[in-house]
Amino acid sequence: MRQLLVILFSQALVNNFMLSRILGTCPFIGVSQQVETATGMSLAVVFVMTVASAITWLVQNFILNPLNMVYLQTVSFILVIAALVQLIEMVIRKSSPSLYRALGIYLPLITTNCAVLGVAIINYQANYTLLESAVSGAAGGLGWALAIILFAAIRERQRLAPVPRAMQGFPIALVTTGLLAMAFLGFSGFDVARFVGL
Amino acid sequence: MSPLTAFTNGIYKENPIFRLVLGLCPTIAVSLAVSNGIGMGLAATFVLVGSNLIISLLRKLIPSEIRIPCFIVVIATFVTIVDLTMEAYLPQLHQVLGVFVPLIVVNCIILARAEAFASKNGPGASIMDGLGMGLGFTLALAAISIIREPLGTGVIFAAPDLGFDGIRLFPAEYAASVVTQPVGGFIIFGLLLGLVNLITMKKNDKHGC
Repeated sequence: MRQLLVILFSQALVNNFMLSRILGTCPFIGVSQQVETATGMSLAVVFVMTVASAITWLVQNFILNPLNMVYLQTVSFILVIAALVQLIEMVIRKSSPSLYRALGIYLPLITTNCAVLGVAIINYQANYTLLESAVSGAAGGLGWALAIILFAAIRERQRLAPVPRAMQGFPIALVTTGLLAMAFLGFSGFDVARFVGL
Repeated sequence: MSPLTAFTNGIYKENPIFRLVLGLCPTIAVSLAVSNGIGMGLAATFVLVGSNLIISLLRKLIPSEIRIPCFIVVIATFVTIVDLTMEAYLPQLHQVLGVFVPLIVVNCIILARAEAFASKNGPGASIMDGLGMGLGFTLALAAISIIREPLGTGVIFAAPDLGFDGIRLFPAEYAASVVTQPVGGFIIFGLLLGLVNLITMKKNDKHGC
């Protein structure tokens, strides 16, 4: 249980996927114009990262490892993730139209979010169990969500600020991300194992 | 489009990083040292050329409804080739680039070129487009890391795989290690992008368009 808490805090805060590992930058900058759309995107990311972590663990341990085909990892993981995103989209469209309206447009974009494939590979390298992988995926998604929602709130205010013409758009967004990353650097001194009493 | 314009297009006019702003994660994460930047850039170039060639050859066979999964399989195959080759011959570079080598598969530049160029053009033009885009990516990575490497470590052109320790410009204790953190990456890339925008704007004002 405490091991899971360690994974939760370290994946979400200390090694924040966006601001420390630098995974998922394109959607981070692309879908952060408003807090509302950023929230929709982050819900979809948390969901897909959790499910993808569990499914890729199963693929790794029940298909690739027994058949000695670890070299097919990249190919099989990305296919599983692409298929998974399609499947989730179809299930949500049938079962919950209101959720589909909220998440629908974000789901197809997630296949190319490198945080999803990234978490699958990081879980494999860390030798996590199935449960640990799922927690790590959820925590990574939550950390990404925290970062994008904070960033969207900053960008909403930034629209009122007089930014030089050459810095408008991407450049100022990147500099702002840098400052946000500096704030998250504070977590690098956070001793997670001691915090949860391990 | 002639092969030559397809080639030069990627280097400046549609530079994937500074003009199209695609593939940001590897850009910021690996631009810590010039050798890493060039290694990453060349790996991506190989994948781009290979996937562009195969996709352009198969463009009439791939049904348009399932083209994205087909493109991804082709791209992932080339990424696996690069990943295993790099692990065998350049182990230290592979270690430093880490998770970003398999992640070339989700680099938006590659899928974007497959979708926007290779699936509509012949193999010759597609190879040139892949080369141009890959070289543009490599040059942009080199440009960012040539600023970050000396500021962050005091050393320039260090390449551990080639047994070269680099040229020390100033002692390590004066180096600003924050530049090697993601913080420095985001801010320096943001400022460089602003500079490129400024230069483009000045040029456009001069031509009056």
